[in-house]
Amino acid sequence: MADKRIDEPTGVETVGHEWDGIEELNTPLPRWWLWTFYATIVFAIGYVVVYPAIPGRHAATAGTLGWTSRGALDKDLKAADAARAQTRAAIAATPVEKLADNPQLLRAAIEGGAAAFKQNCVQCHGAGAAGSKGYPNLNDDDWLWGGDIATIHQTLEHGIRYPGDEQTRVSQMPAFGKDGILTAAQVQDVVSHVRVISGQDKPNASSTRGAQIFADNCSVCHGANGEGNRTVGAPRLNDKIWLYGGDRATLTQTVTYARQGVMPAWGQRLDPVTIKMLAAYVHSRGGGEALPPAAPAAPATAAVAQAR
Amino acid sequence: MPADPKLKLVASTPAPQGGGGAPHEPSLYARREPVCPSKIDGRFRRFKWAVMAFCLAVYWGTPWLRWDRGPWAPHQAVLIDLAHRRFYMFGIEIWPHEFYFVAGLLIMAGIGLFLVTSAVGRAWCGYACPQTVWTDLFQHVDRLIDGDRNAQLALDRAPWTARKVTKRVAKWAIFLGISFATGGAWIFYFADAPTLQREFWTGTAPGVAYGCVAVLTFTTFWLGGFMREQVCVYMCPWPRIQSAMLDEKSLIVTYKDWRGEPRGSLKQAKRLPGAVGDCIDCKQCVAVCPTGIDIREGAQIGCITCGLCIDACDRVMGQVGRARGLIDYCTLDDAEHERQGGAAKPLIRAIFRPRTLVYLGLWGGIGLALLFMLGQRTRLDLSVARDRNPEFVQLSNGSVRNGFTVKLRNMEDRPRQVVLSLDGLPQGAIYSDEMDAAAARPALRFTVPADTTQRLRIYAVVPSGTAQERHFTFRLTAQAGPGEQPAQDAVKTEFSAPGDTD
Repeated sequence: MADKRIDEPTGVETVGHEWDGIEELNTPLPRWWLWTFYATIVFAIGYVVVYPAIPGRHAATAGTLGWTSRGALDKDLKAADAARAQTRAAIAATPVEKLADNPQLLRAAIEGGAAAFKQNCVQCHGAGAAGSKGYPNLNDDDWLWGGDIATIHQTLEHGIRYPGDEQTRVSQMPAFGKDGILTAAQVQDVVSHVRVISGQDKPNASSTRGAQIFADNCSVCHGANGEGNRTVGAPRLNDKIWLYGGDRATLTQTVTYARQGVMPAWGQRLDPVTIKMLAAYVHSRGGGEALPPAAPAAPATAAVAQAR
Repeated sequence: MPADPKLKLVASTPAPQGGGGAPHEPSLYARREPVCPSKIDGRFRRFKWAVMAFCLAVYWGTPWLRWDRGPWAPHQAVLIDLAHRRFYMFGIEIWPHEFYFVAGLLIMAGIGLFLVTSAVGRAWCGYACPQTVWTDLFQHVDRLIDGDRNAQLALDRAPWTARKVTKRVAKWAIFLGISFATGGAWIFYFADAPTLQREFWTGTAPGVAYGCVAVLTFTTFWLGGFMREQVCVYMCPWPRIQSAMLDEKSLIVTYKDWRGEPRGSLKQAKRLPGAVGDCIDCKQCVAVCPTGIDIREGAQIGCITCGLCIDACDRVMGQVGRARGLIDYCTLDDAEHERQGGAAKPLIRAIFRPRTLVYLGLWGGIGLALLFMLGQRTRLDLSVARDRNPEFVQLSNGSVRNGFTVKLRNMEDRPRQVVLSLDGLPQGAIYSDEMDAAAARPALRFTVPADTTQRLRIYAVVPSGTAQERHFTFRLTAQAGPGEQPAQDAVKTEFSAPGDTD
């Protein structure tokens, strides 16, 4: 079949096949090539012995090294934890108000808080911490309970109106319409007044009537001019920021039925270092406020005392 | 692999096909024929010595050159600092985002190979390629331990006596020593050489250093000590590319067969004057060839054009009183010209020709462009990424705030005072996430540490209704020291406000 012949220019025998005039020289492979091939076989056998390789019905062979991808991940995670341990210890040892004194530590806390935020907080507050209806925007300068880092930390740790935490922030707005404290017309007048003090409407007859109702019923918590009161988490009403909405329909609903936002007490779920880091992160989002001067007289107890 | 002349003889006679003889089954695998080149001296050998000395000196010496960069940067002249993502080359420091300089150098190296091939053929293979340099070095060790060519060949065939074992062990020990020095030098390009050397010997160097040395020691030992010309013939892609790049005007080592053939001994020449050529068939050209080929068979892939056969032939021609250059560098065109009886042309003609000049122009153009860019590059850089979520934040007094991730890159080896300011937002003010909003100002001052990228979150606040012009510019200005040009960088970006449609 094969027509082997000696190729004249090279003096090497051909393999004896011809494809459209193209022939192949039967040049022997170098011997080391063969040895390289044997070496790969030896390597493959070694690999099968030490690593998981042959699939079985339930699991692959384990291999003598006992290597698993889960084990490798576990090792990596442990190494990462070990690498972070020193920073976490430093954060643990630093009161949250003092974090800002150490810019490097603060930076680390902010980065750690950003990661923890993505896991625990974005469900309500959004990936950019911009909130949504009923869930406060954490980027702005409007705080229900206070925007300095210690107050944020307190809110995070004990939550808001969260059952099961004795230090949780508590306050209750009456359902003025539903409970019959105000008539529907009075509610409309109060709404008119609120829209005037927030700069959305010009004063009118309804708002003038509402001003008196506001002074009698609302100013205790929201302030005479609607400036709010952080000790009871009463929102400021004379600004541009609305948690639920500043249009007439939403305001009517708010006054009629009241609002009772709830936030979990994260102290029950997260470790203290993570909560400190979250506080640092939220404070860094642009709306963070300076600590009140000479205030470190245990803000936690103060908040409880002032919450009704 | 070079063809065996005997086989060629068989091939030239009509092949006895199907003649009923015992079928000749060639082996599937061929043992390597030992290559044991003779010692030789001559101008190309001396040039090869010089190139080898230069290459080895550069390789082993470069990491130990010092270069003062002040207190904030390493003092190694050439340092590839992978851990910190910096390349140092004397006065030049390359950051990762400037890697195109390295890419440019690699392109220049590629075109440089084309240029060299076009001008002087496979000169890279013959003189400067590490495989050639180290093979050459190892062949000298062969001669040192085993003696010259004949002794080496005899020892190769000899049984494993105690003498052979001793010689082999001694030789391989020297191979291993050279390989270790070769592999060991490599790591010093990637870390401070004196420190790493100390760590290396005290066992405190990183594991990757030991691994690197082990791998490179092994590859040098194996490729330089044992594989040698097989790397060029079987493994290296460059000879294949070069065979496509060589043309009839490329310098190749040429056996001038019109002068040498038919071959004949001196006796034959005396007996039959005029009937034999200049080649006395002494096979000295074969004996000195480091890849074991016979150049008289013409241009072939095994020829790395090192010119040692030219040296050998010139010496023999001198001894028998004939003109030198029976084997010489020559182009195919010139060979044809001389075959027709023309006079030999100067080799310089082969070097300066359009193709070579085009490569030279490309190579030089890229080089000049790189130098120009090197002169133009700034050592201060600002980059700005706008927040997308949320795009803007409405503040309680009606002002609008945008967030930006800002990177201040100080690429000089000293800390610098920089000022970040706003252009085009008349009433705008900025503050960073480490400050309180109350501290917002139109311009902020930062100290950026030496050789560092400082990442900041910057908030820009604009009073309600004043952000008419959406485009504005962040400007970074480095405070200039006495007698310095002030450095500046600016980034144009956008300000988002409620009611924006895009």
